[in-house]
Amino acid sequence: MSPLDKKIVRTLRRLKGQAVAIASVIALGVMTLVMMTGLVGTLSETRSTYYERYRLADVFAPAARAPQTVLQHLANLPGVTAVEGRVIGGALITLEEAGRPVRATALSIPRDARPLLNNYMLTSGRAPRVGRNDEVLLLQSFADAVGLAPGDSLSATMNGARRTFVVVGLAQSPEFIYIAAPGEIVPDDTRFAVLWMLEDAMAAAFDMKGAFNEALLLLSRNANTQEVIAGANRLLDKYGGLGAYGLEDQASNRFVTEEIAGLRATVGVVPPIFLAIAAFLLNIVIARMIQSEREQIGILKAFGYTSLEIGVHYFKLVLVIALCGAVFGGAFGILSGRLLSGVYQTYYKFPFLVFQISAGAFALGVSVSVLAASAGAILVLRSVFILTPAIAMRPPAPVDYSKTGAFGPRMKRLLDQPTRMVMRRIVRQPGRILGAIVGIACGMALSVGMVSILAGFDKTIDMTFSVIDRSDAMISFTHPLSDTVQYELASLDGVHAVEPVRVVPVEFRHGLRQYRGAVNGLQEGARLNRALKSDLEPVELHTNGIVLSTALAKVLNAEIGDTIEIDVLEGRRPNLTVQVTGVAETLLGSPAYMSLEGLNRILKEPGRVSAVYLSAESDRLEALQLYFAELPRVAGISVKRDAEQAMQKIMNEGAGSTRYLMALIAAVIAFGIIYNTARISFAESMRDLASLRVIGFTKGEASYVLLGELAVVVLVALPLGALMGYFLSFAISAGFSTDIYQVPSVFNPSGYGTAVLVVLAASIVSGWIVKRDVDRVDLVEALKIKE
Amino acid sequence: MKHLPGYTFRTEALSKVYGEGEAAVHALRGVDLEIPKGEMIVLLGASGSGKSTLLNILGGLDRASGGHAWFEGTELTSLSDRDLTLYRRHHVGFVFQFYNLMPSLTAEENVELVTEIAQNPMRPADALGLVGLDARKDHFPAQLSGGEQQRVAIARAIAKTPTVLFCDEPTGALDSQTGRAVLRVLKDVNERLNTTVLIVTHAAATADMADRVIKFADGMIQDVQVNSEKLTPDEINW
Repeated sequence: MSPLDKKIVRTLRRLKGQAVAIASVIALGVMTLVMMTGLVGTLSETRSTYYERYRLADVFAPAARAPQTVLQHLANLPGVTAVEGRVIGGALITLEEAGRPVRATALSIPRDARPLLNNYMLTSGRAPRVGRNDEVLLLQSFADAVGLAPGDSLSATMNGARRTFVVVGLAQSPEFIYIAAPGEIVPDDTRFAVLWMLEDAMAAAFDMKGAFNEALLLLSRNANTQEVIAGANRLLDKYGGLGAYGLEDQASNRFVTEEIAGLRATVGVVPPIFLAIAAFLLNIVIARMIQSEREQIGILKAFGYTSLEIGVHYFKLVLVIALCGAVFGGAFGILSGRLLSGVYQTYYKFPFLVFQISAGAFALGVSVSVLAASAGAILVLRSVFILTPAIAMRPPAPVDYSKTGAFGPRMKRLLDQPTRMVMRRIVRQPGRILGAIVGIACGMALSVGMVSILAGFDKTIDMTFSVIDRSDAMISFTHPLSDTVQYELASLDGVHAVEPVRVVPVEFRHGLRQYRGAVNGLQEGARLNRALKSDLEPVELHTNGIVLSTALAKVLNAEIGDTIEIDVLEGRRPNLTVQVTGVAETLLGSPAYMSLEGLNRILKEPGRVSAVYLSAESDRLEALQLYFAELPRVAGISVKRDAEQAMQKIMNEGAGSTRYLMALIAAVIAFGIIYNTARISFAESMRDLASLRVIGFTKGEASYVLLGELAVVVLVALPLGALMGYFLSFAISAGFSTDIYQVPSVFNPSGYGTAVLVVLAASIVSGWIVKRDVDRVDLVEALKIKE
Repeated sequence: MKHLPGYTFRTEALSKVYGEGEAAVHALRGVDLEIPKGEMIVLLGASGSGKSTLLNILGGLDRASGGHAWFEGTELTSLSDRDLTLYRRHHVGFVFQFYNLMPSLTAEENVELVTEIAQNPMRPADALGLVGLDARKDHFPAQLSGGEQQRVAIARAIAKTPTVLFCDEPTGALDSQTGRAVLRVLKDVNERLNTTVLIVTHAAATADMADRVIKFADGMIQDVQVNSEKLTPDEINW
């Protein structure tokens, strides 16, 4: 090993505190990038592998009742490679233990229990046997959540009739990766089930002998999906076709896709910000570290080392620090990416994970770090190389303080000597101070940004479950009922208020944009579930117009006054043209609202409701649920408290959990910046401090000169960081938001207070560490250094 | 013919000005000088007399503002930075008042720092042997006394077998006994390796061991004295 390389090793040992701080910042920047990229890669690769292996259909074509013979015509459509018809129906499961009804979807499977398309994955037990119409396969997540196992029985209401089934096996399916009850957004394993039954049993239960009510189509790679959908709609029209749709509109897939897209957006915003700040810090720190080696650079030059050789020497030093940081960051990134994928598996039911490691992200992280570090080194080295060795070997000439008149004699009475030293240092070296201020402000901005996002998640939940929806439960019906049902329900014991709503599945179209969703018809003056403007006042619902949620307006690129087209996907399936009369603030889902009366009128079905919101005594809720479960026309009951808890859970443990990690990383980066700033200031002024001590200053007074400067820097950095954080939080919130939930950037004073506390705490700890070093300075040694 | 054979250095009207205008400091004001090969030269003078500046220019550490300087057949004052670097690398050894060792390298490693890039180096252990420090080669500078550190610096300077050895106040930070030991080493190098040695010093007594003494004042040569009789370092009065 050459002596210069030994010098690197020993220099690293001497600077270990700083080297570790720098490497950690790099590690965190690289880690975020590698973790998030790996997560996105793993989720999307897993999804496509799962879909392919279990042959998930590309087009779903529901109809009221179509004969099997139509399947052959569907198969003849250009681009279709496989077709299968199945019977699908709603069911309401009642479990004695659960104490409440659970919505379920029942699906038919062929007699050989091997569906051609949308195959299921048997995780335990066996498939139902021919002739045993009471045998079912049950969705594994639900079985696990409520404690059912093969051999258990359950009773369910299908098509108005109550029946008892034996669970013979548990299954997972690519059709149900994201498990939320139909029409709901928040996933909850306990509140939604899937039953697979042999086609004979399903045909009997839903009166579908020789017929199907949903066709599944698999397409060739280059097929035109829109043409296939149009062809399927044509063929199924006379059999009550409900509008074929592509995989992208399939509920579970849409949620998974949105989540991956949201994560991808986060990857595009958050890790680059972290990495950029880490790079910036690295640049400053390396520059100052090399500055302090100036004399040694001079000696090496005096011996005849060329600038290139010296440059390579310091580049190696930088490279070692940057690479250590990047390698650790990359390793932790891969590890935490895997852990996170595992966390996602609880919410997105993938039976396996196809791990992806993003070599590109790692390479990017490494090269950004190394480049930033080298740039910092090169600037300083250049300035040293310009000097002749004779000059470089001397310490830099004392900084000329003669032009800092502002703190001259006139201030003598106001400021004591040490304070004037602090002030003069700041005024005289504005570049150095500015670098420190901007560095700390970046750390502060990261903290502010992340704290704003933490508050944003809470606001999403609060807005959705306390401000917009003030009901206790929603009862949905199997098909639209007369609005008189609300009076029946209102008379029940414990029910305070009932509010009707009509939810109609539709496809919105505006220009080239389209979106499959639902219109909510709300009663005028609704109180339990409302459409609110951004100032939280109710939006006025006109009988002739539609109000879009902000998210939907964005998806459709529509504004107030625009006209949008609506294809209704139930009943007579009319096509409507309506004007957008308002935009409502929602943070969960992408709903649209009309007045109940107006909606029913354009559907030509006056006085119909499909669900009701109700508020009730909390201790009567359970009994009411059981009562509703017995009603044949009730499709489902969702209790808001359950949904809110499920939402809270997914935000804390699932998709939203990354924000805690990032908030932690932001705090660590802030600390790293402040610590390094303090440390370098100390190294630069060690001689001055020792001199002060020699002439009789106390330890405290000497430290004051150094810490006073740090205090000024931090105090200036705080408001600047708050301002930068304010703008940064918009970028981060855009990164975290998806179509399913929006995370607003919330300006809340307490969040800013928290960030200020983080920075102050980091400053106090750093100051304390440096103060300890000041106290320990060996005066003789410090002064022996050549002047 | 600008260069005279048998001389290591020759200068002509060499000048050096630091700063500009009113603040300008004339460190050298036209120095004409000839230094024969293999001699031991002592440069004497008060602080700011220009002796260190001359040493820095002849050593290729600094550039002249005017005039010319030759090292053997090469005009130093016309060399590029790159060529000056090669000149230092292959021909020049330095010993500084404050040793300027790399604190993070051991005595032997400090010597290796130079032998690694030199054309015709000694073994580092031999260089340390010459200064009597072979037993302490694995010590770090912080573990060595001032005299030992200076001897390491000398070992480092001579390990490349330089044509010329520059010493800026080599005994300035040492007590008389240690100072004598250092001077013995310098004399030894001068005699055994036939290295031209230039010593800048305040200590007038050192002059008694030189072949030639050059006195500086106000950036100019005041006097050149050739010693017919030289004292050994042990005979010098401090």
